[in-house]
Amino acid sequence: MLRLDPDTGKQKWYRSDASKSVLSAIISIIIGMAVGTLIIVIVGLTKDGISLKGMWEGIRLVFLGVFSTGRSEGNLTFGFNPVNMGNMLFRATPLIMTGLSVAVAFKTGLFNIGAAGQYLMGTMGTLTVGHVLGNTDCPIVIAWLAAFLAGVVLGGLWGAIPGIFKAFLNINEVITCIMTNWIAANLVTWWFDAHDIFKNAAEGGKVGYIIPLKNVGVVTPKMGMDVLFPGSQANGGFWIACIIAVVMYIMMTKTTFGYELRACGSNRHAAKYAGINDKRNIILSMVISGSLAAAGASLYYLAGNTEFFWSTYLSLPAEGFNGIPVALLASNNPIAVVFSGVLMSMLNIAGTQLKSLTAYNEYIADIIIAIIVYLSAFSMFIKQFINNREKKKGGNK
Amino acid sequence: MVFLVQQTLLFAVPLMIVALAGVCAERSGVINLALEGIMIFGAFVGVLFIRIMQANNIFGQEQGQILMILAMLVAAVCGAIFSLLLAFSAINLKADQTIGGTALNMLSPAIVLFFINLIAQQNTLGMAKGGAASWFMIRPSTFGLPKDYSWGAIIDILINKVYLSTYICIIVFIGVSIFLYKTRFGLRMRSCGENPHAADSLGINVYKMRYAGVIISGALAGMGGFTYALTTTNCSSTGEVAGYGFLALAVMIFGNWTPLNIAAGGLLFGLFKCIAATYSTLDINGDGVYLLSQIGISPYVYRMLPYLITLIVLAFTSKKSRVPKAEGIPYDKGQR
Repeated sequence: MLRLDPDTGKQKWYRSDASKSVLSAIISIIIGMAVGTLIIVIVGLTKDGISLKGMWEGIRLVFLGVFSTGRSEGNLTFGFNPVNMGNMLFRATPLIMTGLSVAVAFKTGLFNIGAAGQYLMGTMGTLTVGHVLGNTDCPIVIAWLAAFLAGVVLGGLWGAIPGIFKAFLNINEVITCIMTNWIAANLVTWWFDAHDIFKNAAEGGKVGYIIPLKNVGVVTPKMGMDVLFPGSQANGGFWIACIIAVVMYIMMTKTTFGYELRACGSNRHAAKYAGINDKRNIILSMVISGSLAAAGASLYYLAGNTEFFWSTYLSLPAEGFNGIPVALLASNNPIAVVFSGVLMSMLNIAGTQLKSLTAYNEYIADIIIAIIVYLSAFSMFIKQFINNREKKKGGNK
Repeated sequence: MVFLVQQTLLFAVPLMIVALAGVCAERSGVINLALEGIMIFGAFVGVLFIRIMQANNIFGQEQGQILMILAMLVAAVCGAIFSLLLAFSAINLKADQTIGGTALNMLSPAIVLFFINLIAQQNTLGMAKGGAASWFMIRPSTFGLPKDYSWGAIIDILINKVYLSTYICIIVFIGVSIFLYKTRFGLRMRSCGENPHAADSLGINVYKMRYAGVIISGALAGMGGFTYALTTTNCSSTGEVAGYGFLALAVMIFGNWTPLNIAAGGLLFGLFKCIAATYSTLDINGDGVYLLSQIGISPYVYRMLPYLITLIVLAFTSKKSRVPKAEGIPYDKGQR
């Protein structure tokens, strides 16, 4: 039931559906953290070698991992840690992009489980063009743009394959996405295996890696990140991801095209009878989705000091699959994707801090993320619970 | 030839059994995206069970087959218990099944790696002693015969240097297929995936049927996960199953949600996967010529083949696709 404010005639902001979604997400996060704490306590009690103090340290790190500044005189210290904060934003960048990719596809009623493959194609395009142009006297700005676009276009084309199969042959996009994932993994390995110029042969111990892009100077500008977070890997890629998220939000909610996409997502057949070209929209949605995932890879590798392990035909990049929980936690809202992406990478940083500073390992952070995602599935249930409470309150008056 | 058939079966059997697990859940109306997670969990529990039993000297190498069967059972039971998480969110709380499945896919490797690190201080949990081949593989010495004993070509394919788990899985596959299609319970379960309201009006408890579907699915996927770990990764658990759960999902869609097609799809996929893994030493007709490696095609082409062929076959057979109608839709008694 819609409750309107008697003074303004509008719905109060805290009663709106959006704020209830946010509230239910926050409840999921709190419960997830609580379960993580519980695991720390249980493991601490059952395993020898972890003292009460170690347990307390573990709990504090789970909540305040990004603020950890290491250890002095045996005690954990907390404060503003620019390296951790910057790395958090840096690692959030690909997560935000793959999250956006999955979210846009979801809005069109497609489950893009192929972000991993699109991410790999983006990696291939960006690294190849970046190296080729970086070795010529091409201006850095143009080389950067070309490398970025090469990744995005390749990813978009790769995303088009499941879209075409879905639109024209009505083949479930899940199966085509899984197949294209592995084809991409082999294709990328094949490409880099065949071209020795990209391989990092100069540095010992770097067997199987591609030369980082900083060696040829094609690097994303810092855009103020080096001032805010000195010493960290953060760069302008994060701002670019934020801008893309806003663009996606405007596209999905404020334009005719976005409306058509969402109409196809709600009911493909109804959209068709309303005169919307459903086939075109499904393909375009997958193309956008693919380019977003690939843009995540481009931004990640254009950071310069990131290294790509090219012999990847047996495994797919985790970023591709982690986009799914990021999108789900944000209930497919592009703006919320930014926050859920940052939250995920914050928990990851907390995990690495746990590993380096205590006897626990980093997988506890993954457990917490998984529980948060699991609980976010109950958001309907939590919202209903909030609504019921409101009704009861209203009845008492 | 012997080698090719046996290897194909090794690749195909886990895929088939896990794809059938997907069928059980989806035919009852619940999308089980968590197959990958359940496989990882089953593999971990099975390996852990074997490790504990070995460490405490409860089973010796002579009772390897019994130990393996027990481990399969334990993996199946734990897979079923783990899948209850999905059933609870999908059936009781009417939550989005994609989210529930994704959450389990994340939770399972996290929990598994967390405990593997606590137990073994590394990212791999192996057997306490020996290897999968020496403990669990069937060979002439298992029957007390000399090492190079041969039963003749055909029987050799079937019982020399194979794992018993392969055959158990095939028997279970046939059993579950019969259960789904020839028993009253199976018919009722499938009706819940097509039209739950009609099923309910005839006195079938849709919630119970969907729980049954997911639990059977979890048991099969757990068992498949352990079988994969046993035959492919030398009975060790590393918190991943190389995407087999998702591949099984693909085989399920490929096989149109029917057991016979899934078996065919799994075998086709397994054959090409096997060619990709062994093409360089593959001697097809036994004349000492390694044809596939001499053509000079890049190995990556062979590795891509299973996926490419699946795509091509799909493109030609897509018109016949039939999804269980009510899959993915939470059952609400109040509707209609």
